[in-house]
Amino acid sequence: MTVSRDNSKMVYDGIKAAGIRYITALPETWLVYLLQLAEDDPEMCLVEVAKEEEAIGIAAGAYFAGTPNALLMQNHGFLGSINGIVSLALLYRIPLLMLIAHRGHIGEPYPWHTQGGILTEPVLRGLGLPFDYVRDPHQAAKQIREAQTFALSSLSPVALLLTRDLMED
Amino acid sequence: MKRADCIKALYPELENCLVVTIMGASAQELYDLGHKENFFYLEHAMGLASSIGLGLAMNLPDEKVIVFDGDGSVLMNLGTLATLARYRPPNLVHIIFDNGSLLSTGGFASHTTSGICNLAAIAKGAGCPNVYEVSNLYQFMEAAAEAFEANDMTTIVARVEAVGPDHYGMDLKLPENAFRFERYIKERQKAKQLN
Repeated sequence: MTVSRDNSKMVYDGIKAAGIRYITALPETWLVYLLQLAEDDPEMCLVEVAKEEEAIGIAAGAYFAGTPNALLMQNHGFLGSINGIVSLALLYRIPLLMLIAHRGHIGEPYPWHTQGGILTEPVLRGLGLPFDYVRDPHQAAKQIREAQTFALSSLSPVALLLTRDLMED
Repeated sequence: MKRADCIKALYPELENCLVVTIMGASAQELYDLGHKENFFYLEHAMGLASSIGLGLAMNLPDEKVIVFDGDGSVLMNLGTLATLARYRPPNLVHIIFDNGSLLSTGGFASHTTSGICNLAAIAKGAGCPNVYEVSNLYQFMEAAAEAFEANDMTTIVARVEAVGPDHYGMDLKLPENAFRFERYIKERQKAKQLN
């Protein structure tokens, strides 16, 4: 398995094209190139957290400040952020644009990712969060822009699941 | 020292700041002094008030951001101290009211009771600069004055009694608070740009 450098670049370009200049993230293998691009980009502010739930608070602060922003995390980080999503974002109607690496699904060789991978979609549905899968790198920019638009109009967290097809070569 | 007295003493200084509080007593005591549009009360999601403060402070470098935190909330998100230390926004004042108690949820002892766990030491160990430990109102106001003047992130751990208000409730719906806070910041930024 190798992470796709080209597709990561296309996703990153989509993030930039959506006007996002502030990213809150916790590193994960599929996100390596995306985070490197953010780190090397003088126009981008990248905040790395100790645990993903913090990112929900930081993103809310950035939203209050009027800064278009996004969160990057692994699906297990999403699962670990649920109280923040429920009791901050949903309770107070705060939009979040979450790009989530969907580890642990079909094709996953590592056993430790599998339960989180299987449960990601049902948990998103259970929370009533709008989500979409990103599979085609050529669609990524459009999906990011539209997810951002919908987060802002619905005042809800919106998740884009970055799939194996997209993130691996 | 009572937290309510600290908040009351600080209240006139909050006029030109953005204030984020945790749930329960801290929020209520500030609200009871008179709600302002620059106050955001995080009535749940324990631990994230300081994270909201970080997001605000990093994105609004010309604003002073004050977080009213508590021992129970900080203990739920100790990682925040390391994240704050790493990004160290110079305009952030992180005030942790340590009453050694989960007061708003039954008054059970928190880990900081009897000085077993020292949040100031944890903040310092996490790399937070300018950490003050105060236990009377004079020290609190002195530390706050220095924090407001400083061009560096400050953490104040204020040891307070485990007492809170005898009532809870606000004439402010939670999303309404968020909508108004966001609008207040937008308009304030617009006014600053015009000047």
